[in-house]
Amino acid sequence: MKVSAEEVKHIAQLSRLTVPETEMQIFTEQFNQILSYADIMQKVDTTGIEPTPYVLPITNAFREDIAKPGVSHEAALSNAPAVENDGFKVPRVLE
Amino acid sequence: MTKYTTVIGLEVHAELKTKSKAFCTCSAEFTNVPNTHVCPGCLGLPGTLPVLNKQVVEFAIRAGLAVNCEIQKYNKFDRKSYFYPDLCTNYQISQLDKPICLAGHIDINVDGEEKRIGVTRIHMEQDAGKLVHSGATISTSDYSGVDYNRAGVALIEIVSEPDMRSAEEARAYLENLKAILEYTDVCDCKMQEGSLRCDANVSIMPEGATEFGTRIEIKNLNSFRALVRAIDYEVQRQKEVLEDGGRLIQETRTWDDANGVTLSMRNKETAEDYRYFPDADLVPVIIDDAWIERVRAELPELPAQRQARLMEQFGLPKYDASIIVSTKAMAEYFDEAVKTAKDAKGVSNWLLGDVSAYLNNEGISISEFKVSPANLAELVNLTKEGVLSSKLAKKVFTEMLKEDKSPKALVKELGLEQVSDEGAIMQFVEEAIAENPQSVADFKAGKDRAIGFLVGQIMKKSKGKANPGMVQKMLKEKLQ
Repeated sequence: MKVSAEEVKHIAQLSRLTVPETEMQIFTEQFNQILSYADIMQKVDTTGIEPTPYVLPITNAFREDIAKPGVSHEAALSNAPAVENDGFKVPRVLE
Repeated sequence: MTKYTTVIGLEVHAELKTKSKAFCTCSAEFTNVPNTHVCPGCLGLPGTLPVLNKQVVEFAIRAGLAVNCEIQKYNKFDRKSYFYPDLCTNYQISQLDKPICLAGHIDINVDGEEKRIGVTRIHMEQDAGKLVHSGATISTSDYSGVDYNRAGVALIEIVSEPDMRSAEEARAYLENLKAILEYTDVCDCKMQEGSLRCDANVSIMPEGATEFGTRIEIKNLNSFRALVRAIDYEVQRQKEVLEDGGRLIQETRTWDDANGVTLSMRNKETAEDYRYFPDADLVPVIIDDAWIERVRAELPELPAQRQARLMEQFGLPKYDASIIVSTKAMAEYFDEAVKTAKDAKGVSNWLLGDVSAYLNNEGISISEFKVSPANLAELVNLTKEGVLSSKLAKKVFTEMLKEDKSPKALVKELGLEQVSDEGAIMQFVEEAIAENPQSVADFKAGKDRAIGFLVGQIMKKSKGKANPGMVQKMLKEKLQ
């Protein structure tokens, strides 16, 4: 499987990352190098094998509906680069 | 001009009434202080793992059974990837291809016509945080503050089939769904506060066509009125675009309630763009028959059953019963009042009439209504027993709105007891006859309407307190 520069651009956009035009080629090459590993896996014959999203045979791992205190307001915000009105301050977000 | 058919489907998000969040133990309760119900889990810090709250599954099964869905035995969770600061993880935990409920339905009634609206699916997911913008709108804000108290709160999303053909049908569907979620006690359904949110998918197609038109998703519908207005606006807008030879693009629009218009938000990202994949941090959920049947057995009385009961047990007309059961609080108020009321239809008349008018006027719900069910029942009884005329009952009701007092006490306090004493009424009758010879003559000349005037005079003399039935009878006897 190979991706085009156009697809890399699209993925960058979905991730809200700016990739300079000049670096597009190198990213595309790197993407494709990584994807070539997946190609090895794609060649394995998996006919009749169930998909395995979960490796452990565990189901129904629940907890009861009990609320407990989390972290303090101050601790929660202590690693925020910027704080505004008790919130995590983020730059203007336009969709 | 081409005639069009409107096609509507609704996506409803309901916040579940769990005590803790869906995948961490933070409190799910609403609070005004930002970032106080948070932990490393819902803040998306490295090294944390989600653990599913069992009550979320329980509530989702309950809601699913209440809207006639088939509960799916095998459930898994998926990550819906998107980059937006309302979730720290850059994905929302949701269910893509294995939702908990499939193939249900809700019956609606619009203008006496019954219609079955399909429920495609219900899936479990987590809510996102809230962005508070520094400016008036998102585009005029230089920055936003993010509050993660709501991030991770449990939601179910209920997706309907595109079975509705008018804004009124959409409204009826949402009303019935809301009532069902209230009755089953899985959601508190406060649309204004966002615990019940509705998005509408609206398209139009030429009448008789089989292929649906381009689907437009409308967000920010936080009242029934907004839902109806937004659909009506959108249908008109789409017609105009097509009539002008234009093309519609699949997009998400937001309802601007103040200006009564829908505004384009962004081109809809296609499903692939969310890059869903299984969340391997959460193991599959297997729901066995015993669990489903236990929840089914515990289902409370649902609106449709309650409506049937009110009609059968109290002989209420279908219309009355349907309005009373439309909210759980109203239905409970009715049930409480009829415990002591001697006239169920009388209670219904008050609830549908003056009580509803008062609540609408005040913009409050019946759960905030000050008059107790027992006192309303007493008022109904006083009217039924002939102590109060309907006119005076309204006067007493007005007093009860000021203070929830016993109507019996108010009748005494205000001196409003109906006069049923023959001697007293006879005196009013005789006075009225003596003072209005012309009307008496008119009546004797065969003008029946003259008696209405005389009755009015007598009632006036008694300050509205004379028993109207007795006045009629005694006046006629006296004149003959």
